[in-house]
Amino acid sequence: MIRPRAALLVLLVAVAAGALTLTAGPIPLPVGGRVRAAPASARDSCTNCHDGLGGRLAVPAENIPYDAHTRSELRCAGCHGGDPTRVGMDAHDPAAGFRGKPRYEQIPQFCGRCHGDPAFMRRFNPSLPTDQLARYLTSQHGQRLAKGDLRVAVCISCHGVHPVRPVNEGTSPVFSTNVPATCARCHSDTARMKPYGIPTTQFAEYRESVHGQGLLRRGNRQAPACNDCHGNHGAAPPGVASVANVCAQCHSATRDLFVRSPHKRAFDTLGMAECTVCHGTHNIAFPTDVMLGQEKGSACLQCHPAGTAGLNAAVGMRGSLEEVKGAITQAEGVLKRASSAGMDVTDARLDLDEATSQLIRARAVTHTANPPEVQKVTAVGITAAGRARAAGEAALAELVFRRRGLGVSVAVIAFVAVLLWLKLRELKRTSG
Amino acid sequence: MGVRDWLNERLRYEAAETFLEKKEVPVHRYAVSYYTGGITLFFFLIQVFTGLLLLMYYRPTSDAAFESVRLIISKVRFGWLIRSVHVWSGNGMVAAVILHLLATFFGRAYRKPRELTWISGVALLAITLAFAFTGYLLPWNTLAYFATQVGTEIAGDVPLVGKALLVLLRGGEDITEATLSRFFGIHVAILPALITLLLGLHLLLVQIHGMSRPISVRVTGSERFFPEFMLRDFIVWVALLGGLAVIATLVPWPLGEKADPLAPAPAGLRPEWYFLFMFQALRMLPARILGLEGEMVGVTLFAIAGVVLLLVPFLDRWAARERSHPLVSILGVVALAFAVVMTALAFLTGL
Repeated sequence: MIRPRAALLVLLVAVAAGALTLTAGPIPLPVGGRVRAAPASARDSCTNCHDGLGGRLAVPAENIPYDAHTRSELRCAGCHGGDPTRVGMDAHDPAAGFRGKPRYEQIPQFCGRCHGDPAFMRRFNPSLPTDQLARYLTSQHGQRLAKGDLRVAVCISCHGVHPVRPVNEGTSPVFSTNVPATCARCHSDTARMKPYGIPTTQFAEYRESVHGQGLLRRGNRQAPACNDCHGNHGAAPPGVASVANVCAQCHSATRDLFVRSPHKRAFDTLGMAECTVCHGTHNIAFPTDVMLGQEKGSACLQCHPAGTAGLNAAVGMRGSLEEVKGAITQAEGVLKRASSAGMDVTDARLDLDEATSQLIRARAVTHTANPPEVQKVTAVGITAAGRARAAGEAALAELVFRRRGLGVSVAVIAFVAVLLWLKLRELKRTSG
Repeated sequence: MGVRDWLNERLRYEAAETFLEKKEVPVHRYAVSYYTGGITLFFFLIQVFTGLLLLMYYRPTSDAAFESVRLIISKVRFGWLIRSVHVWSGNGMVAAVILHLLATFFGRAYRKPRELTWISGVALLAITLAFAFTGYLLPWNTLAYFATQVGTEIAGDVPLVGKALLVLLRGGEDITEATLSRFFGIHVAILPALITLLLGLHLLLVQIHGMSRPISVRVTGSERFFPEFMLRDFIVWVALLGGLAVIATLVPWPLGEKADPLAPAPAGLRPEWYFLFMFQALRMLPARILGLEGEMVGVTLFAIAGVVLLLVPFLDRWAARERSHPLVSILGVVALAFAVVMTALAFLTGL
């Protein structure tokens, strides 16, 4: 039984704490899961009382079955302290370690008590890192929080609370496909971002980018979300010097080519952020060959006016790409014709695949900004496409041979049939 | 003594010559149906010839089967033609044997004294279908793999012995290399042995009893089997050979993609046209019929239909008395219409 006076006291304390939270950090929390009563195994005096309180105070008790901590047999008291074996407000005994609801600015330390303790975490999930708090303190969020800015994100702003869902569950706000929307809850909020003077278009741009399309439309979890470039607990914008390294986490081969290019030294001298100069940041579009050369949409034209050596080099590299593309298109046409006529061109398709691989490689090699090097790769591709085309043409020649052979065979067969028919007629005539 | 006399003294072929000279074929409005048997025989001979050639390069393992067929159609001189003719002619043989069965059924040619000819003919139909079913898997391509999976699952629905039959057919629970080597063995050894025996018996019975004359059809005369009818038969064969050459060259049978047992079944998977009516009918049955599994009931009904077909000469007592009862014709038409409608439905619903 809950004593009415104790319940009233809990209610007052909770309302006061809630009011403090509302004024301190009004970051909208991720929505929890379905609400249902906690199973018997997860119930104790905390859930028994809080269920009865209803409204906001009941939410933690209702959601505890979905909380990652509950799965590790940690319940309310695991974070909030107190004695769940005692009933009513007796359970909130400070002597039993009750620490109640932390203030907003206390949350990182509150979570870090356990998540920063390797010995403690090993008991539950040895693979989980324990440097989150340390990283958070170096992040923009952590540094601003330390200066008393209560509008920045803390642990629960991204991970949610009551329940804190496991990161690898699709319903978690920090599951890879949910990360962009989770960040956007604050970073797309113009009012919230105004004091910081940072743009709020990142999510809209990212959503349409090659990375956003991959992650959000096609569900390809290998495509990067915000945290893959900015870091998660140590979230900060990558500086000019580190952009290439950030991109190289995935595009390492391209980075290795780029560092050999004259662009590397020029960008370093000019303080330009390497990859982003041509590809953009959040709005990175699917790269096309148009980016190279002198057409509208060329990235080269940003710095190299017409007639300069730089643009000539770009045009040369584009020409090499077009040459191999042309060879591939021609070979594809021949193979398609042969294949639709029922000819087996499997081996020729392997050559065509080789040509396509070389085209892809050549596109990467354009990051060296070295036309002869690009041409060396495209030459291999052109040769492979030539082999494919020759095999396709041989198949088509064989097709012609077959059809001619068929014509001759049918003529012979028809001749035999006529002879047989004449013989039959003769037999009929002689037999009367 | 000339060569002819020397040979005759040892082979006694003059007796066969005398037999052939005396053998006659009735002439009437449905006499064209007599060619269906010869057409089936033609396709069979083509199958034997092309099958033997394919055997020289084909390798019956899950790793090599597909590649060996690809080698046949891409590298072996005229291999593409032999393989394409083999597949098209296999389809032609199934069609011809069905036509032959229909001609025999509606002409009541199964009546006394040709009951055994009919029974051996129905058995030959079953063997032909078994040839088609086992041969379909041999290229080990995706369609063949999954169609065989579906086909053997149907065999698994046979009451009481279904599970054992499925394991026996597959050589285990799943379609594996064991299934491939089993199907290959059945296709190139067991079925050829059986068909040789049964075809020999069937042809012998046809020679003993001669051509049957349909009941209540006016016979306008007769012609000699040798050489007139045989010449006509040859003309049909030569025309078919030309047709086969044209279709095998202009529409070579595709090889498809190599089977990947771990890949999901492709969309639009369906058995070959001659099994389609059965597959469609089983698909349309409710999940449960009178408390029993729907497919099992369906398979049982098809098995009963097979037994009825086999026993037709003994069930049609009117035919034994040289009477053509309309009920038998109606039942035949209903069965044929069922097969045609189910096949058409399967095509229309994009099965």
